[in-house]
Amino acid sequence: MTLRERLREKISAAFYHHGLLCASYPVPIILFTSASILTCCYPLLRLPLPGTGPVEFTTGVRDYTVPSHEPQGDLGERPDWYRGPPVAYIQQVLVKAAVSPWDSSLVPVDVFRSPLGRVFSLLEEIRNHVHSDSTGVRSLEALCLQVTDLLPGLRRMQSVLPEHGCLLVSPGNYWQNQRELFDSDPDPLKTIQKHEPKGLHTSATLRDLLFGVPGKHTGVSHYNRKRVVTYTITVVLVSYDTRFLGSLRSRLKQLHPSANCSLRDDHMVHVHFKEEIGIAELIPLVTTYIILFAYIYFSTRKIDMVKSKWGLALAAVVTVLSSLLMSVGLCTLFGLTPTLNGGEIFPYLVVVIGLENVLVLTKSVVSTPVDLEVKLRIAQGLSNESWSIMKNMATELCIILIGYFTLVPAIQEFCLFAVVGLVSDFFLQMFFFTTVLSIDIRRMELADLNRRLPAEAGLPPPKPGPLRPREAPPPPRPSPHTITLQTPAFRNLRLPKRLRVVYFLARTRLAQRIIMVGTVIWIGILVYTDPAGLRTYLAAQVSEQSPLGDSGGGGLPPHLGVAPVFHAGDPTSTLSVLPAPEPTPLPENQSQGHHGSAGAGPRPQVPPAVPQITWGAEDEEGWRRLSFRHWPSLFSYYNITLAKRYISILPVIPVTLHLSPQEAIETRHPQDTRHPPPPIPKVSADLQTDLTLYKVAALGLAAGVLLVLLLFCLYRVLCPRNYGQNGVAHGRRRRGDLPCDDYGYSPPVSEISPLLLRGHSMDIECLASDGMLLASCCLAGQIRVWDAQTGDCLTVIPNHGLRRSSSSGCWEQRDGWDNCHLLRRRSVPARPTLFTDQPDLTPLIDTNFTCQPPSHLATPPRGGFDFGGLVERAYLEHESPSPSTYPSPSSAASSSPPSAAHLQRRRSLGDAPTLPAQDRASTAGTQATADWDSSVWAMELRGNLIAAGRSSGKLELWDAVEGSLRCSNEDGVSGITALAFLNNRIVAARLNGSLDFFTVEINKPLGLLQYRGAPGRGSMPPSPCYSSEDVISCQLTRSVQCAHQKPITVLRAAAGRVVTGSQDHTVRVYRLEDSCCLFTLQGHSGGITAIYIDQTMVLASGGQDGAICLWDVLTGSRVSHVYGHRGDVTSLVCTTSCVISSGLDDLICIWDRSTGIKLYSIQQEVGCGASLGVISESLLVTGGQGCVSFWDLNFGDLLQTVYLGQSSDGQGVRQLLVLDNAAIVCDFGSELSLVYVPSVLEKLD
Amino acid sequence: MSLTLTAMTDSTVTGGQQQRSGSGQMSRPSRGPYISVITNRTTNLVIRGTMLFSVGVFLALVLNLLQVQRNVTLFPPDVISSIFSSAWWVPPCCGTASAMIGLLYPCIDSRLGEPHKFKREWSSVMRCVAVFVGINHASAKVDFANNVQLSLTLAALSIGLWWTFDRSRSGFGLGIGIALLATLATQLLVYNGVFQYTSPDFLYIRSWLPCIFFAGVITMGNIGRQLALYEYKVVQEKTHQD
Repeated sequence: MTLRERLREKISAAFYHHGLLCASYPVPIILFTSASILTCCYPLLRLPLPGTGPVEFTTGVRDYTVPSHEPQGDLGERPDWYRGPPVAYIQQVLVKAAVSPWDSSLVPVDVFRSPLGRVFSLLEEIRNHVHSDSTGVRSLEALCLQVTDLLPGLRRMQSVLPEHGCLLVSPGNYWQNQRELFDSDPDPLKTIQKHEPKGLHTSATLRDLLFGVPGKHTGVSHYNRKRVVTYTITVVLVSYDTRFLGSLRSRLKQLHPSANCSLRDDHMVHVHFKEEIGIAELIPLVTTYIILFAYIYFSTRKIDMVKSKWGLALAAVVTVLSSLLMSVGLCTLFGLTPTLNGGEIFPYLVVVIGLENVLVLTKSVVSTPVDLEVKLRIAQGLSNESWSIMKNMATELCIILIGYFTLVPAIQEFCLFAVVGLVSDFFLQMFFFTTVLSIDIRRMELADLNRRLPAEAGLPPPKPGPLRPREAPPPPRPSPHTITLQTPAFRNLRLPKRLRVVYFLARTRLAQRIIMVGTVIWIGILVYTDPAGLRTYLAAQVSEQSPLGDSGGGGLPPHLGVAPVFHAGDPTSTLSVLPAPEPTPLPENQSQGHHGSAGAGPRPQVPPAVPQITWGAEDEEGWRRLSFRHWPSLFSYYNITLAKRYISILPVIPVTLHLSPQEAIETRHPQDTRHPPPPIPKVSADLQTDLTLYKVAALGLAAGVLLVLLLFCLYRVLCPRNYGQNGVAHGRRRRGDLPCDDYGYSPPVSEISPLLLRGHSMDIECLASDGMLLASCCLAGQIRVWDAQTGDCLTVIPNHGLRRSSSSGCWEQRDGWDNCHLLRRRSVPARPTLFTDQPDLTPLIDTNFTCQPPSHLATPPRGGFDFGGLVERAYLEHESPSPSTYPSPSSAASSSPPSAAHLQRRRSLGDAPTLPAQDRASTAGTQATADWDSSVWAMELRGNLIAAGRSSGKLELWDAVEGSLRCSNEDGVSGITALAFLNNRIVAARLNGSLDFFTVEINKPLGLLQYRGAPGRGSMPPSPCYSSEDVISCQLTRSVQCAHQKPITVLRAAAGRVVTGSQDHTVRVYRLEDSCCLFTLQGHSGGITAIYIDQTMVLASGGQDGAICLWDVLTGSRVSHVYGHRGDVTSLVCTTSCVISSGLDDLICIWDRSTGIKLYSIQQEVGCGASLGVISESLLVTGGQGCVSFWDLNFGDLLQTVYLGQSSDGQGVRQLLVLDNAAIVCDFGSELSLVYVPSVLEKLD
Repeated sequence: MSLTLTAMTDSTVTGGQQQRSGSGQMSRPSRGPYISVITNRTTNLVIRGTMLFSVGVFLALVLNLLQVQRNVTLFPPDVISSIFSSAWWVPPCCGTASAMIGLLYPCIDSRLGEPHKFKREWSSVMRCVAVFVGINHASAKVDFANNVQLSLTLAALSIGLWWTFDRSRSGFGLGIGIALLATLATQLLVYNGVFQYTSPDFLYIRSWLPCIFFAGVITMGNIGRQLALYEYKVVQEKTHQD
């Protein structure tokens, strides 16, 4: 134990110090790490770049010997693959042929027909060449590469490529090497074209294989301006015989001398081919990479609670990748050349090394207390996880060590790389990632600090007492200007994945762009490969007209004439990238004419009469211009692989053929002359061709423009909406900070119009509702009661200042009233005057009678009864004209006048404080009249009763409808910070941390109605439960003096429980009936700021530490504990499935209630308030700057934002109440706003 | 009265809510359409089965490609030309087997009453799959000195896979059992000449086959458990709602 513990402690301490170091000097450490990464990766520069391109090696021909298999000692620059004989020797005979001199009587087909025809005689020559000398007779048959069957899949090529014999390819293969077939072929180009694959092809085509030169350079086309045809005869030899090849070369040169040929023939090139990765090998590789990326994705998405998720994920990936590079580099440095296929083992290496440590580190650091210094946080987080990191590392090293002892070379190598990679990964984690993390955390804290200030500015001005004495915010960093805060212009919506994908597609118009690009590419390919023969068809169409025009004689409009370049359909043009050559006039050609016919007139079309056959350096190694897959594909047809092997290419044998026009004409096929060239091509014909082309082009352009216009109009007609533009559709949303602007779509606008309740002169402080009534209290101390359905102001309970200002409070009140029908509702308007010290009743009674009749009509029994009560009270008042008139209506409505009078008499005597609570309440009541200066700190509304807790510690019960003070209690002197009114009990939390339980007792007067709605039974609010006649008394049943060490901040009551949260980091649960403390819940590391409890006994609490705890109220155990916010949790609401919390960081988090997993979070604007409400199971409402927003809880998308007022100056919604009738009430400066959700209400019927 | 009002408003609220955000998501009781589909137990089972089946088919195709490249297995020659160079019945068989295994694992977990708690994350599952592919890769591509060495290495790797990603007794037992069954089935198949191995060293098959089967069972079980976690969450939620 001791060793392990000591080790653990030491490791922990070491990590702690390391964390301090990293967080203290981030920049030097990052520089150091980068330098070490670069150093370790430096040896990688020497490694050959991966690639499958062939490698060449040139040797001389003269002293060539077949290299031996064994590597020889002093090889110099000889590559290591140059061992053993090559797969084959390639001997190419490069033929350049031209009909010379060119005759004007020749047709374009003559350019290549007779030159191609000469290939058969050449083939004969080569085949039959025999070299005999003293060592014996050698023929081609003996030396060439004998091939067998083609691969089964290539039956199409069976007629073209040789089988069962010498591998000898030439253009003659198209005609089975038979001259007769060639001669009888009406259209050689068509035959050639027939074998071409359609579509885009990257590898060597059959045409390239047979001609041995790229298609462009063959000159086998109708448009050949040079009139030189080039092709090769490729002989593949299996062994190298100098004498035979020498004699063949000299023989061919002798037969067909090349006059100006200066090709070098002393070098042979050996070409080494690497292993090509086929698609079959690619699929597993791709699969492993897909799995790898999925792994990285699932790993990095766990990074949370940091400033920049992407940044950290990038850092994690960089860590792993550079550790791999470092491992390869280090292994190379120590002379260990990697022989494994790097691409294949790479994903496995990443998986072995893993991203786990990085994530664990992040999580650990993030979960440290936020209020610590960054350095300490990093250090603490590191040291917390040090043991597990070291343990994991040791385990992995052990496993890899075991793998090393399998003694399988491949696995050993893998293990070696993995070990080095692991160690370097550890190094990078410790230095690179930790430092990056510290930078990130520091950024986050700074940003958080900067954001918190405006958020607090939006909060209500601090209440008189230290209701929430938060710790002083950390001192601002010395250089806050370096932090750039992104403007929170748009709310960062957290939407479901598919919606986000769709929105992303819609926002970027990705689909359209891809389709557009695809179309362009497709058209390009179409034009390039011309599979439909469109161009040839066009050319044919155009040229078809020319004979017509000519046959019609010169009288026909000359624009039908066509230049000879467009003569006859030509399928070979498909391979030329360039369009058909422009028939531009060549004036200089006139002087070049060698024949008499040249002088016949202007002949701009006449090319050089003698085609120049030139041999240049590019012909020396003509195979270089071929695709590098040329040779592998040729050999692969015969199931011979060139992978990791090499071939030797011998110097070409140049052959020059000059054919006479006579010969060309003789070899003509009868059909060749079917479309003879125009006898006398004219300049005008030229121009006309141009014109025709231009016409076609102009027509096409016009058609295109028209099409675009048409589509545009169609689009405008069908989609009149202007997506993403702030146009007329968003008239309501004039702010420009549309939450959905991000995606360019606005939520559906339905008519939600807030109902503004005006009347308060100052900002609204407290808000309470029981569903039917709504009570609000402003900073001035005025309490107003509103009808929650209609928004009418029912009662005004004025403050002291108003009362003092006039002799008649009633008139003052009337001024404050909105309309007269409110007055009618007041059954006893005179009653408030009883609170004053004015014994004179007459003016009040007069005033009352002015409005009395309608009220009588409305409520005849009450009015009648009240009248009696009034008279009685008046009588009582006159009976005891003491200045400290007992204001309680209990005396007035008392059913037993003697007892009431008796009580009052006792009170008026000013008896001892040992009297029962009722007496004390009465004394409090007497003082209440003098205590209008204290402000209302807490207010609750149940039934008709408003419970108001004042800063002086006084608890008052007011009648909501009549505005009369029903009772008052002044047992405590400490201010009441929170009130809970449940059933018949009132719980008041005081500033000094004590908790008082009051019982509201209602004494029904005798002879009254039946006992209504026993309080304490039903869970529903006992709305209209108290009538004005009841004698209401408020007794202090129990006072828990030291409920909390520090001020109680939150008080909630539900389901027979009272829950308090305090600054002393604890939550206490009391039973309402006997005010017995059931549990003290500890778990927060900061003061409690928000508590939620509902009928289902779910208790959630949030604290200043940003943590949210879910508790089981029955057992007092903590169900889950999550950190969701940076800074205080300001509000908590639960639905049946989730918990919604908002914090000072303007984030709204939605948590799964059962698992405590964060479902998503909504980033709100800065300072948008923290009020939350849940209207239904899936409708969340939040208060913002002058607006309320409705959110769909299932997806987290914003449904609607309702602006409360016209003014755009940010009056934040600080309090928000959800009423039972799907209306919400929120404060908006000095106004109240009642917002109905119409679409919710529409479904009422 | 107020109770009825509350009830009314409740129904109102849910109804209105549906109408409110009812663009395309018409029928959902409380969560989203996706969740509501999953909440249905049978549908959930079918979805899981389908996902597991497709994963199995995919892995079978890819891994078979690895084997065929090295000529470990030989199928009749005329199908070899295709890219998915195995007989048609191999991927469906593997898919069905993986679906069964993937459904069996969470089922047995819940029967035994010991829910699997070890490393329940998708990243871990992905790692597991990657290691499984790596084991296959090694079996197909690495040149070992002899077959015993190869088999022992693969066995160690498979056990390591179980230890790294599973660590449950039930998983181990099930893995062993299914691996033996599958080996037997393969023996029978080869015996009946459906296909063959190029160099059999364990009766008719390669001796490393049980290890591969074991690793495959562990991997599929891991995936199945992870998928079942979603149902578990939803069911928990439902009971909570009730």
